[in-house]
Amino acid sequence: MNEFSRAPHQTRRTILKGAVGLAALGLGAGGALTSAHAAADAKAWPDKAFTAKGEADALKALYGKTGEPSDKVNLDAPEIAENGAVVPIAVASTLPNVTGIAILVLENPNTLAAAYKIPEGTEASVASRLKMAKTSKVMAVVESGGKLFTATKEVKVTVGGCGG
Amino acid sequence: MASTIRVRAIASGDATQVQALISHPMDSGFVKDSKGQLIPAHHIDVVEFEHAGKVVFTCLWGPAVSKDPYVKFSFKGGKKGDDLKVSWVDNKGQSDSSVAKIQ
Repeated sequence: MNEFSRAPHQTRRTILKGAVGLAALGLGAGGALTSAHAAADAKAWPDKAFTAKGEADALKALYGKTGEPSDKVNLDAPEIAENGAVVPIAVASTLPNVTGIAILVLENPNTLAAAYKIPEGTEASVASRLKMAKTSKVMAVVESGGKLFTATKEVKVTVGGCGG
Repeated sequence: MASTIRVRAIASGDATQVQALISHPMDSGFVKDSKGQLIPAHHIDVVEFEHAGKVVFTCLWGPAVSKDPYVKFSFKGGKKGDDLKVSWVDNKGQSDSSVAKIQ
């Protein structure tokens, strides 16, 4: 009789403990589960490309090849950037089958600033804002049909973007 | 928790133009604080935009992307009322995601 009357309480306590445990796991794993489910995945980040110095190394690390200049790559960048911390850069291209766009700032400590993956159905154009350490050539790279095409423009920077 | 992501997606014809603004320090790791100590790099690594179960744009960002990063791009196939999902993950493993309706 006693065992039976105790049993429900024990069971309830066990269930509650288990539930709390599960909840804690859920909260902890929720983050992991969400990121596993969410598209953005840190493992997809090409760290070697982002720490490469110099345009050739950055492009080799990112795309496995180097590019050639093309007038079909349109790089929109200011002649003079008043604030090196926020330089608006836009890249567009009329090349066919564009699968990627990358932006390099040749005088930055790490040359590759940003890269974009363009799946089929997405336009070959992107606008963003980058930090520039000092006056530098900015290079837009477009991956089209498996080859790289580039356009370069020099942007003068009056106040450097690295807080210095 | 308020989302760090603000998205405006506008469908025009068969193309949808997307502008996104994300709140994030995007510390490059090169800047020193007032005590002369380097502020460690803390920046978004990957941003993904998804529509109808398909990734329509991926940003791979490094420390040279400006603070509170902004990005604008366009893709074909979205229409008014559709969902556009945006998610990002940074180099510290933090992440956020948001779903916006295409206008």
